[in-house]
Amino acid sequence: MTIKIQIPTPMRQHADGKTTVEVAGATVQAALADLSAKYPAIAERVFKDGKVRQFINVYLNNEDIRYLDSLATPVKDGDELAIIPAVAGG
Amino acid sequence: MSSPFVRGLKCRMCGQAYPASPINFCTEDFGPLEVDYDYDAIAEAVSRGKIEARYNNMWRFQEFLPLDGEPTVGKQSGGTPLIRADRLASELGVENLWIKNDAVNFPTLSFKDRVVAVALSKAREFGLTTVGCASTGNLANSVAANAAAAGLESYIFVPYDLEPAKILATSIYGAKVIGVKGTYDEVNRLCTQVAFKYGWGFVNVNLRPYYAEGSKTFGFEIAEQLGWRTPRHVVCPMAGGSLIGKIDKAFKELHKVGLIDAPNCKFYGAQASGCGPISTAVKNGWESHRPVRKPNTIAKSLAIGDPADGYFAAKLIRESGGWAEDVSDAEIAAGMYLLGRTEGIFAETAGGVTVAVARKLLEQGRIDRDEEIVLCITGNGLKTQEAVAGLLERPMVIGPKLEEFIPLVENVREPALV
Repeated sequence: MTIKIQIPTPMRQHADGKTTVEVAGATVQAALADLSAKYPAIAERVFKDGKVRQFINVYLNNEDIRYLDSLATPVKDGDELAIIPAVAGG
Repeated sequence: MSSPFVRGLKCRMCGQAYPASPINFCTEDFGPLEVDYDYDAIAEAVSRGKIEARYNNMWRFQEFLPLDGEPTVGKQSGGTPLIRADRLASELGVENLWIKNDAVNFPTLSFKDRVVAVALSKAREFGLTTVGCASTGNLANSVAANAAAAGLESYIFVPYDLEPAKILATSIYGAKVIGVKGTYDEVNRLCTQVAFKYGWGFVNVNLRPYYAEGSKTFGFEIAEQLGWRTPRHVVCPMAGGSLIGKIDKAFKELHKVGLIDAPNCKFYGAQASGCGPISTAVKNGWESHRPVRKPNTIAKSLAIGDPADGYFAAKLIRESGGWAEDVSDAEIAAGMYLLGRTEGIFAETAGGVTVAVARKLLEQGRIDRDEEIVLCITGNGLKTQEAVAGLLERPMVIGPKLEEFIPLVENVREPALV
């Protein structure tokens, strides 16, 4: 079971310069937890008190997870997650 | 040479400092970055007289804007009228009403000319030659026009189903227009990815801290035009929720540098019911908004389901003692018509939202009818004619003969929305 996570440019320095990281997990939460285990410096920046920080959006196959089941959304082999800064637009 | 008034950028959440560069969020907690000024230096450099002696455009407040040198893009933007709106006041049953009219801003007839002037002048200071934006239309027009005049290449991303007039008035400037099959929020996400992949200057992505500062000039002008003071109530349309906050920031900055007395202003946010994430948050007492997946309103310029400044707008409204409301498409069209027939101002749908929300807040008793109110009109109705085209009565048609006109005068219909 492999999930690909897209790492935003300014965070790649905390992920050995990688654009995408492959992780495992059955839910968005589990997949992000696996990412966090691999790269603790990313975990600090993405999460606060176990929640995704206010100005970060997480997308599962291009859909904002807030319109799905948030962190509890199930994921399957081949799914793609993206972590994208939310402070844009308007 | 760097500005003597700007220290750099600072995270609005954790305060982390960054040197001025094309970046919009904190790499520690992803919070928005904001320009950090040296207000003591600004206070020493400005005076009412000095500002009043300058040309009547937004750059008379240049010490409060984050450029290192003189502006090179949008040099004539701003300086729009503040109109005493007595006829609309009488219809709404209020004493003291003003309209700040950015429907006649230069060059593209919306308040976005202010933000783009700053963002693209800054893009040039950074040495960027390709610029772009995610837009609901007004920003598209302004980036395309200003980029053309500055000789910059531009990529404009819009929802593909935008009003045809707004797409046309972007393409005419030679911009590369990309219609994206998706909502504004999806366009916006795509632009965040594009901006960082190609290193281009997206005005509302990586140039956003500079861009947002341009909106302050809308507020500076209101205060100066009222005779260096602030009104009691401001009603402002909200899409991303940035402008309302920048008007507040402008009033506070003018006070901080000693140009006006302490502001005592309540802020009211106006949205469409078909996309009212911020008004819904305010009315329900939520700290932050919940995003709207599929906005559905004729006010397409306000159709941002996940407003970047939603949290800050709701906070300001709450803390200033204001409120927020939203109105239906029919109320929006009626608001446009009311503004047109009382004040001779043809505002876009967002202006209809502002007028209709102001009326609703007055009816609810949220705004005191005896106190001074400023309505923010941010875009031009010529761009969104479809919204009212089917609602206005057709002209009465006659032959070119006096005897055909005479009976008409006797029975002429009062114009109305059909």
